[in-house]
Amino acid sequence: MPYFGSEETVKELKRALSNPNIQSDRLRYRNYIFRVIRSMTQGLDVSALFMEMVKASATVDIVQKKLVYLYMCTYASLKPDLVLLAINTLRKDCADPNPMVRGLALRNMCNLRMPGITEYIQQPIMTGLRDKAPYVRRVAVLGCAKMQRLQTLTEIDATIVNELYGMLRDPDPVVMVNCLRALEEILQAEGGVVINKPIAHHLLNRLKDLDSWAQSEVLTFLLRYRPRSEDELFDILSLLDGFLQSGHTPVLAATLRLFLQLAAEHPAVQVDALVRARGPLLNACGAQSRELRFAGLCHVQKILKSQPGQYGAHYKRFFCSYSEPSYIKFRKIEILVELVNDENVGLVLEELRGYCTDVSLELAQAAIAAIGRIGRMYSEKCLDILTGLLGLKQEHITSAVVQTFRDLTWHCPQSTVLVCRAVEGCEETIQDAEGKQALLWLLGVHGGKINSAPYVLEGYINGLKSEMSSAVKVELLTAAVQLFLVRPAEMQDMLGRLLQYCIETRRVIQGPESDPSMGVIIGRPEEPVSNWVSTFNTLTPLCGRVTSPEPTTSGCTNHTTQNVVADPLAGTSEETEVYTPEDKQGVIGMSLGPTLLHEDFERLWLELKLSLRENLGFPGPRSSPETLQAALQLVKMQTLAFSRADTLPWKAYIYTHCSGTLVLAELLQPTAEPESDGMVLSIKQKPEDRQVLQEFVAVLKTVLQTLIKGTS
Amino acid sequence: MISQVFILTTSGDHLIYKDFRGEAGVDAIRTFYEAVTALSGDQPPVVMVGLGVQSHKGMHFVHVKQGGLYWAASTKSNPSPFTVIEFLNRLAALTKDYCGSLSEKSVRMNFALIYELLDEMVDYGYIQTTSTDMLKNFIQTETMSSKPFSLFELGNVGLFGAETQQSKVAPSAATSRPLMFTRGDQGGNEIFVDVIERLSVIIGSNGVVMKADIEGEIRVKCYLPGCSEMRIGLNEELSIGKSQLRGYGMAVRMDECSFHQAVKLDEFDAYRILKICPSQGEQTVMQYQLCDDLPCAPPFRLFPTVERDIGNRLLIYLKLRCDLSPKSVALNVSVTLPIPKGSVSLSQELSSPDQSAELQSKNKALQWDIPRFPGGAQLSALFKLEVPGLSSASLQEVGPVSLCFELPKHTCTGLQVRFLRLTPTQPGSSQRWVRYVTHSDSYTIRI
Repeated sequence: MPYFGSEETVKELKRALSNPNIQSDRLRYRNYIFRVIRSMTQGLDVSALFMEMVKASATVDIVQKKLVYLYMCTYASLKPDLVLLAINTLRKDCADPNPMVRGLALRNMCNLRMPGITEYIQQPIMTGLRDKAPYVRRVAVLGCAKMQRLQTLTEIDATIVNELYGMLRDPDPVVMVNCLRALEEILQAEGGVVINKPIAHHLLNRLKDLDSWAQSEVLTFLLRYRPRSEDELFDILSLLDGFLQSGHTPVLAATLRLFLQLAAEHPAVQVDALVRARGPLLNACGAQSRELRFAGLCHVQKILKSQPGQYGAHYKRFFCSYSEPSYIKFRKIEILVELVNDENVGLVLEELRGYCTDVSLELAQAAIAAIGRIGRMYSEKCLDILTGLLGLKQEHITSAVVQTFRDLTWHCPQSTVLVCRAVEGCEETIQDAEGKQALLWLLGVHGGKINSAPYVLEGYINGLKSEMSSAVKVELLTAAVQLFLVRPAEMQDMLGRLLQYCIETRRVIQGPESDPSMGVIIGRPEEPVSNWVSTFNTLTPLCGRVTSPEPTTSGCTNHTTQNVVADPLAGTSEETEVYTPEDKQGVIGMSLGPTLLHEDFERLWLELKLSLRENLGFPGPRSSPETLQAALQLVKMQTLAFSRADTLPWKAYIYTHCSGTLVLAELLQPTAEPESDGMVLSIKQKPEDRQVLQEFVAVLKTVLQTLIKGTS
Repeated sequence: MISQVFILTTSGDHLIYKDFRGEAGVDAIRTFYEAVTALSGDQPPVVMVGLGVQSHKGMHFVHVKQGGLYWAASTKSNPSPFTVIEFLNRLAALTKDYCGSLSEKSVRMNFALIYELLDEMVDYGYIQTTSTDMLKNFIQTETMSSKPFSLFELGNVGLFGAETQQSKVAPSAATSRPLMFTRGDQGGNEIFVDVIERLSVIIGSNGVVMKADIEGEIRVKCYLPGCSEMRIGLNEELSIGKSQLRGYGMAVRMDECSFHQAVKLDEFDAYRILKICPSQGEQTVMQYQLCDDLPCAPPFRLFPTVERDIGNRLLIYLKLRCDLSPKSVALNVSVTLPIPKGSVSLSQELSSPDQSAELQSKNKALQWDIPRFPGGAQLSALFKLEVPGLSSASLQEVGPVSLCFELPKHTCTGLQVRFLRLTPTQPGSSQRWVRYVTHSDSYTIRI
């Protein structure tokens, strides 16, 4: 921050602080020290006053002392030689009869981050650990951690570690928790503090004495403990039960995470815990603090991934309120889409309809996209609403609706007829590139059913010179060619003009009109709790996408293969984020990352030539698709999507990165009699590498056969 | 664990900056400020930065916005967001307790005190204690108050009602007084118990209540230097949960409630008495919810008529009825109605001169303000809007109406504090105040 006249200020303060008249007047002296700290906070460099401030530390006035210590800790690393002058005062204070003074001095002495300080602080810390005042012990315990950090290279002092483990039995709860924290830092290289059975039970028994901050922290430490037996596990769970209803959200979240992790092998217990924590979590979602609300919503969203039905009855809690900031509203819209069911769909849609005319354009578009996503299950109701919105003749609304229509026809071919009727006359209100692309795509693919399609295209072709977006132009070319094939008489003339205009050729690939079999992806499998529990009650759920529930479909803009509609299944693509590249390498160097989005998969699948098609000769495993997914993940193959277990034909899409190539695979179980026919495996690879391909097939076969053996 | 804590004004001035772990420099503040202000509008509480700046790699900033200030914490680990957010809220609440109010000015004046608070609350990034009982022993700095406090500031009388033995009225400003003032001999013997409810309602276009939720809390603000135990008696016929029914006739219902961990509940089941030893400062003793089942009619009903007049004129006639009992009154009622995008001018006919209406072209909405709205009354207003290019579709853009208001001396659940007893009885005249207020969290009426 620019600060003018800073040198003058420092000089003036220096003069004042060394003026004996001022020094003798306590209040005036203290006022000048206030001014130093204020300048320091504002970003002014006042380190030149160090000498004067050290002198000011020798005082009985505690307020002044605290401020001077704050100053010293800030500038200690700049003036190590001058700090040594203050050490004496500090060490003397460490022996003061007043525990507050002792604690204050010890804490600040440990906070002086400068080389060589350790030799001065070691002794006071050791004395502090045995101090009779808990306040001093708290400071001393954390002092151990600070000391360890200052001397990173030296070995861990076993006596201190033992002392700290012993002090876990300290009567003061804060001392106990500080011991855990200090041990965690000191033993970081060895994996942190060890929670064995006696310690775990000691911590559990003392939970009730702790304040809520300490409770949530101890609960987090307990995540590390694995109970030896079922009985012990359930004893622990019943001890923790009360905390699931805690009104203090940090405690609730920490307990829930511990519950879910401990009961990893008992899905029924996990579900039960989630049900019991539902009330308090809902309260967090309606808390007065917006930030807390947001955190609650993000975590509910995680839970919905595994238990979509759980919050269905409470959908009204997720209606947006007028005054909420947009980041909360977006999350709420996402949640509403997830929890929609037969009973609440009418009211949820009515609510979302209200957001479509919101003054914020982003919110309106997000709401329209949300209606579109619900439309994949309840297409009729949603189409009514969307068609009604077109009547408003507003640019941003019409554009968003047409984009939603495009996605709808892609996923639910049955909605095509209504969509074709609705889009007539939209072209006048659409101004932005994305909306135009969506409209052109619809005209191209379904032009046969839209009466006015050639005239709309003619309008666009006539206005081609003023069109800025090249993506729109390419889309227009595609649409014109497609429509020409359907309605040649009307199109011939204008297509000629268009071709003449863009004499520089572009590659146009004929794509499929819709792909209902990919629609199985919509019936997203319920994610196992263990997929997200490791990030529960951490910052991770709050990061990630926040702008809008569905990224505006932009898959079309960057590629020359214009016919592939971007698949906006953002929800499913997220589940792959869990796997980081840190995961161990697979058998033949297969790896999961970088994540492939659905739209990219789809594009590549259509683009690439078939590398291999093989009848595996055995039927698909009868285990649940989730098991298959988990098994494939072990060998570093990512399952992108699969049909539900009992549907036929059954399909699964898999990909992996392998020795620099990307392998895409489709498993297909074509007929109803699994005994008669084997699964068909189709593989596409980019770039081609036969050897890798063989290895991939071998690994995949092994996995599938193992699964079959396991289930039969 | 927390690496740094800082308080910034919305223009980016540093008010407080404390580094606990020396993991990042002061320039982290600038990184945070740039990240938060890069886009317009409020940003979500967690911001991750540091892909560009090497020293802030993988650093997270968690912030809350209170009193027009950013209260932010930075961290390099991956702590519980709930903990950090609650901690920052608690820091803001303590600052309010100690400084009287929460504003740039009060934080600036009391920066030494806030540093002192932070020093005791957090050590090496770990939260040590945040209870006022513990902290008051360590905090030495005196509060600087910007203006001398006077209990009876007449400007605010009537905002809250008091129903204790005294017939005096405690102004709402009475609680915006710094705690530390109690060191002196004036005041220092008061306790305030506030029952605060937040109402969120959606009324459909056919007048049917579609959603009605109440979130309530009982908040105690205590100035008494030492108070061993306080007993708060609630309505005896209070029933909790859907099935339970107590007493006859008009029972007070709530779906769920939770209590501060210091509350003793041994007499709650039988007599609905909460026992607590309040520490100095403000604390929420009880929180409760009631969903989808208002015991009384929603406080406001709206009867709108929207018509196209000749030319490009739109006529909106709003009739607003307040269904409270005639003894109650609603204050600061503000009605916001979204209107067609192209509206250029507004003329209005309001029923009394203290009301006002204006066209907010930025939000494309019209706002009608009613400072005082007695129960049982009905107010109407006629708005004429000039909308060039008005079409029948434009009518769809009108609505839904949202209302903001405050209902003093009123709880929608009917929750009452029957009595408030302090044991042992305080020497001298201790003053006990019980106040009720209902705020609108979100009150939407569809057209």
